[in-house]
Amino acid sequence: MSPFDLLLQQIINGLSLGSMYALLALGFTIVYGIMELINFSHFNVFMIGSFVAMGVLSLFGLQGQSILMHGAPLVVALIVALVVTMVACGLLGVLIERVALRPLRGVQGPMAMITTIGVSYVLSNATMLALGANTKNFPNPIPPMTFHIGTAQITAFQIVIWVLSALLMGGLYMFVQRSKLGKAMRATAQDPDAALMMGVEVNRVIMTAFFLGSALAGAAGFIFGLYYNFTNFGIGFTAGLRAFTAAVLGGIGNIPGAMLGGILIGLIEAMAGQYVGAKWADVIIFSLLVLVLIARPAGLLGRLAPTKS
Amino acid sequence: MLEFRNVNTYYGDLHVLKNVNYNLGAGEIICLLGGNACGKSTTMKTIMGIVRPTSGEVIFEGQRIDKLSTAERVRRGIAPVLEARRLFPRMTVFENLEMGAFTRKRGPEFNEDLDRVYTLFPRVKERRDQQAGTLSGGEQQMVAIGRALMARPKLICMDEPSMGLSPLFVEQTFEIIQTINRQGVTIFMVEQNAAMALSIAHRAYVLQTGQVVLSGPASELRENEQIREAYLGEMQVAAE
Repeated sequence: MSPFDLLLQQIINGLSLGSMYALLALGFTIVYGIMELINFSHFNVFMIGSFVAMGVLSLFGLQGQSILMHGAPLVVALIVALVVTMVACGLLGVLIERVALRPLRGVQGPMAMITTIGVSYVLSNATMLALGANTKNFPNPIPPMTFHIGTAQITAFQIVIWVLSALLMGGLYMFVQRSKLGKAMRATAQDPDAALMMGVEVNRVIMTAFFLGSALAGAAGFIFGLYYNFTNFGIGFTAGLRAFTAAVLGGIGNIPGAMLGGILIGLIEAMAGQYVGAKWADVIIFSLLVLVLIARPAGLLGRLAPTKS
Repeated sequence: MLEFRNVNTYYGDLHVLKNVNYNLGAGEIICLLGGNACGKSTTMKTIMGIVRPTSGEVIFEGQRIDKLSTAERVRRGIAPVLEARRLFPRMTVFENLEMGAFTRKRGPEFNEDLDRVYTLFPRVKERRDQQAGTLSGGEQQMVAIGRALMARPKLICMDEPSMGLSPLFVEQTFEIIQTINRQGVTIFMVEQNAAMALSIAHRAYVLQTGQVVLSGPASELRENEQIREAYLGEMQVAAE
């Protein structure tokens, strides 16, 4: 491979990983934008998403690494798995908000955030108890079709990730920009008291934010499984922390910022793997985060909001 | 149309509204005067349902509303113009107006109300696609009033409509308030600029440390010695 093709290959890989981080980062950013809450349970909603997807795929008989289905049935199986995963994760997010966070509404300080850390542990340990601590093989049902640009290759699966991520992110963006509930979300994020006085029911807006963010985390969990071909109860932490970093890097609370941050983190991870060694990826990611926050404390696309009185 | 019956409101141990009674007739402009921290803003919050009274009743069009959600109150016809305007800064002017109509279905009525706002404020129409945060203070005030009108309210509660505006805009704002009132909307207004407020109000209440100490027709209050001393100092200085 020529140096140029090598670089191109890593850009292709980085965009795929980055799409996954972006989907996951959006959940952090949507909830933060509305509640100023960092929701650490999001890590493990993502992890549970990978298990739900695996379960649904196995119902279709898709297990292990062999290609068992082709054409339309495969597409149907994948779409059903995606939809079920997203809805299940969305509902899980709503449940977490309703059970663990709503009772703390209006409580000042870090209580709600610490609660989300607790919920996160409950989710990962419950998964471990129920399904075991061992790493599971995630099915790899997409035929290994590849397309070549020079010697760099794009797999069918990477194209699926890009298209899917673009659709989900575009859909989210349209929802937030155009729909009535989306506008209520933006209004609540910009001025919660004023939104309340317009007759916006804040609980509904918060539930929507949790549903959407968690559904996207489910999609990201599905992508994770397909990408790495494994899952276990602990995958939420590494991927979640990187996605959270992506949200902060882009400017937490800012939706395009989360997308940009996610893509950047994915590219850095791929480049680090190629040129420096994969174990340096986190070092580079977090060093970059520190540097960006020194230069732009609100993140790349964020604005510094005046502190609320 | 709106009535407070022996309303008491607390913030923790702090007794803010003490046995307050108001009675607003349909079609009136009522102004509420008082110094800082006397309960004016709490009155507004109590009407909108942000603060709940500990005892007493708030009655709107013959029905108790003090236990209803803010959304339900907006639906019944109460809309706020908030202190310092509080537009959604990164939404367009049009989206801000849409938010005013949030509790209502989108239909021909929405377009009628939009036309009404655009007729009242041609400037708002010009700026409809601009982000609200980029407007001047006077323009923001027009959008804030327009946003309240989009709820098709029977009662508009205004918290300090003149605050932070240039004298020219203050005068324009008060003219607009009278125009809206003549179209049949009752106005309840908290205002520091007592001279200006009393010049357009029909009646006024004076709050002092959470109690109504004086009320009556605006023309009478304008002549009242206490009021002249406490709130109309500026006017006298200006007159001399």
